[in-house]
Amino acid sequence: MGEAAKTVIFEIERRNSTDENSYWEKFELPYKMNMNVISALMEIRRNPVNMDGKKTTPVTWDMNCLEEVCGACSMVINGKARQSCTALVDQLEQPIRLQPMKTFPVVRDLVIDRSRMFDSLKKVKAWVPIDGTHDLGEGPRMPERKRQWAYELSKCMTCGVCLEACPNVNDKSDFIGAAPLSQVRLMNAHPTGAMNRDARLNAIMGEGGLASCGNSQNCVESCPKGIPLTTSIAALNRDTTVQMFRNFFGSDRMVD
Amino acid sequence: MDNNREFLMRRLHSLLGIIPIGLFLTQHLIVNHFATQGEEAFNTASHFMANLPFVIFLEIFVIYLPLMYHAFYGLYIAFTSKNNPGHYSYMRNMLFIAQRYTGVFLVVFIAWHVFETRFQVAIGNAAEADFNMMENILSNPWMLAFYIVGVLSATFHLSNGLWSFLVTWGITQSAAAQKNATYFTLLVFIVLSVIGIRALFAFV
Repeated sequence: MGEAAKTVIFEIERRNSTDENSYWEKFELPYKMNMNVISALMEIRRNPVNMDGKKTTPVTWDMNCLEEVCGACSMVINGKARQSCTALVDQLEQPIRLQPMKTFPVVRDLVIDRSRMFDSLKKVKAWVPIDGTHDLGEGPRMPERKRQWAYELSKCMTCGVCLEACPNVNDKSDFIGAAPLSQVRLMNAHPTGAMNRDARLNAIMGEGGLASCGNSQNCVESCPKGIPLTTSIAALNRDTTVQMFRNFFGSDRMVD
Repeated sequence: MDNNREFLMRRLHSLLGIIPIGLFLTQHLIVNHFATQGEEAFNTASHFMANLPFVIFLEIFVIYLPLMYHAFYGLYIAFTSKNNPGHYSYMRNMLFIAQRYTGVFLVVFIAWHVFETRFQVAIGNAAEADFNMMENILSNPWMLAFYIVGVLSATFHLSNGLWSFLVTWGITQSAAAQKNATYFTLLVFIVLSVIGIRALFAFV
């Protein structure tokens, strides 16, 4: 190598535990071809020395699949929430600033607790009940074209990026955010799931549900899986409009 | 999540913004536009509106109550959002923020506007909200600027509110339908703004 060795500078917003104040720490790493944010974090873990040359604690972060299908490694990179496994250093402006997604409780450094999303999925009944006291047999067939369409909605990995980007998901509001809402549309589209569609619609008509959406549409712009979240929300708006009138006028029609 | 009060309140908020408030604003700007045909034409139209039968009930149920509900619940909505224009400066997010800023400004503007016109008539300080009254108000260049910003905020808030009304009630769903609605509501904004601003300058 004729020229001086290339380096990459990271600025990381750290904290030791949920209740402690955050602080920034800088790291300078040797550049490697095709490195991404996770490989850089691994390098910091291997040699936790900050830019001042002081030995520090290794930065903690969450990860699992390393191919953008699990959602665990989501963090705010240069201001935008995304997965760190697919954040290539070559495509990022330096210094690269890493922050936790503070819409969620921060456990330590870049690790967040996404439990609220899983709780929301329970609240909106985002599953297809198939258990009975006897074998219920096969469910109705799903048209292939509908399956292909529904597959797009099923790509949600509960990563939390849509909640982080949403101005209405914050500590002043109990809005559950786009991801669990879109799952209601997915479950309601399923031929067996549709047998309980009214229960899910009534659930998202509750506090912090569908109505708290303010249509800023940051979710659909930010979703790493390209899920049509705002179309899901608008479609659910139409379904809940009908459900609202059914409830109000006392219809006992539950399922189509 | 079995309490749907918030859902019904948000839907009512969305509905009242268009019916009756949006319709009233359109009618108000069109009646104001009579000012471009001279003092007499405006006074005749204004006199007709002010002397409609049961006018106080029309005002209470078509204007005051819906407007106050929309204003106060709207303030609550505006102050429970955490605007993030910096890194998420997408068009819809900017319009989302503008909707909240214009909404808060309109509460101030409309309160002042009603105090200066209708309230003065009600307490007997003025016989009627006529051409002269508006001419006096708008002769102050600061007030003229305040009214221009007020009218543009109102036409923007209504047009953008119409867009989100269409989403909130599930009328426009796909990205394409919502884009077309954006063009349509942009046209509504331009048309209403031209009518409103022309009327304002007719008093100057």
